[in-house]
Amino acid sequence: MLANYAFIAIFFVAAVTFPLAPLVLAFFLRPKRPTPIKQSTYECGLEAIGDLRVQFKVQYYLYALAFVIFDIEVVFLYPWAVAFNQLGLYGFTAAAVFLIILTAGLIYEWRKGALEWV
Amino acid sequence: MNWLNILILVVQAFIITLAVTTAFAYLTLFERRLLARFQNRVGPNRAGPGGFLQPVADAVKLFFKEDIVPAAADKPVYLLAPALAVIPAIIIWAVIPFGCLNVNWDYRACFADPRTSEVRNILQIAEINVGVLYLFAVTGIGVYGITLAGWASNNKYSMLGGIRSSAQLISYELALSCAVLGVVMTYSTLSTAEIVYLQGGLWGIVPQFLGFVLFMVASTAEVVRAPFDLVEAEQELVGGYNTEYGSMKFALFFMTEYIKLIAISAIAVTFFFGGWRFPGLQTLGQGIEALAGPVVASLVVGLVSLGAFLLKLVAFLFVSVWIRASWPRLRYDRLMTLGWKWLLPLGLLNLVYTAVTFVIVPDQRLASFILLALSLITLAVAIGFSSVPRPVDNVTYVKDLRQGSVAPPPPAEAGESQAASTSPRQPASSRG
Repeated sequence: MLANYAFIAIFFVAAVTFPLAPLVLAFFLRPKRPTPIKQSTYECGLEAIGDLRVQFKVQYYLYALAFVIFDIEVVFLYPWAVAFNQLGLYGFTAAAVFLIILTAGLIYEWRKGALEWV
Repeated sequence: MNWLNILILVVQAFIITLAVTTAFAYLTLFERRLLARFQNRVGPNRAGPGGFLQPVADAVKLFFKEDIVPAAADKPVYLLAPALAVIPAIIIWAVIPFGCLNVNWDYRACFADPRTSEVRNILQIAEINVGVLYLFAVTGIGVYGITLAGWASNNKYSMLGGIRSSAQLISYELALSCAVLGVVMTYSTLSTAEIVYLQGGLWGIVPQFLGFVLFMVASTAEVVRAPFDLVEAEQELVGGYNTEYGSMKFALFFMTEYIKLIAISAIAVTFFFGGWRFPGLQTLGQGIEALAGPVVASLVVGLVSLGAFLLKLVAFLFVSVWIRASWPRLRYDRLMTLGWKWLLPLGLLNLVYTAVTFVIVPDQRLASFILLALSLITLAVAIGFSSVPRPVDNVTYVKDLRQGSVAPPPPAEAGESQAASTSPRQPASSRG
């Protein structure tokens, strides 16, 4: 069984080699004539104005927070999902309570407008 | 594990990587020709018979393109991002069984429970018992490549593309994992080979129809294909996160996208369409063994299973191109609404359905059909409910205004509706 992870490691080496080979080959084949104009930031021909690293909308962070909660929920549910047929009524109830709490959380977020994109 | 096995493995790893990259090249041709057909054009047909050499020509062109690294870019991250994107896309393939062949030449091993079987299937790189978790772990890493590419380019278009992509990918990953959770519950396993084995009777689409629909929508968004390709909406973001990438580095991003598309289609085939299974395959094996011996039987079963898998895969890819040719791109807020307010609740509902049905109905086959009926009813209700008129937003308001089904607003009404109605231009064009 553990040997299978070694197989993945070998495959990983192959997966690194394949994208690397064309990059190296292209490095020797392509022309290299950089000029300051070529290397300037592309903004449809206009000069770039202002700094890029500015504050984002808070919505992104709200989504990210909600994502973390629900992703952890799903991670918790995976082991349960594999065995829920053998866990009987107790396991079923436990997962149901867990799901109800999270659904309540989703409804709260929804009603609070955290899922609105404004 | 002896040297022969290691040699087989190394050869296998390289063949599969090569096959995946070749498949990517020809998928681009397949897509371009097919899109051309959908749009009543001819498509690329000059290079070689039927445009067969077009991918080669494209690759050669990319090799000779000058590589421009923008002066403002964060160089180490800028160089790392394409690698971070493409490597996860390839290693997804490690746990997908795309056929059934073993070097013991025993076709019966294909139809035995992989949990107890000692025979290694050489058409799957690694049979690990947490295959489904592996798939999600690896697809999750793929987000970094795109986000970092957007950040490191130091370009506003790239940045917007990168931010959009991270928000979109995490939103749809939830729906995706909820959809797959249903499959895990149905088969009580996380191993991909086991899931394929257990689909010997009924394919996964029957008990998990709702899960399948959710998976299709969410996976299309995960691989940022149309109609969810806001990350690289060329009319507003030039190239999105890869605006500043050229030459081979751009090719790697391009490759990532298509390899991910093939991989996610392969995952859909594995979870919902029986993987490499095909009705009558076992009977075929028996017949050929009686005629020509076990080695030929094993080879034939191996080839037919691989062929069946590829056939299903091509059908999925065709549907994907079809979707791209048919649907316009979603607006960003609609995209988020779809992910969080439709797919996620439906995914949770699917969990409840699956759990309750399997607990109440012990018979697997009967439970599957009950679940199918429940899924169809739920989807019908959801689609019916989604076509109920919503509170007015800009687009529906403008549409109603043009059709004359609502009265123009009184002058006192504030906000964008007023701007739309008093604009001298056509109202719809104000959306750009």
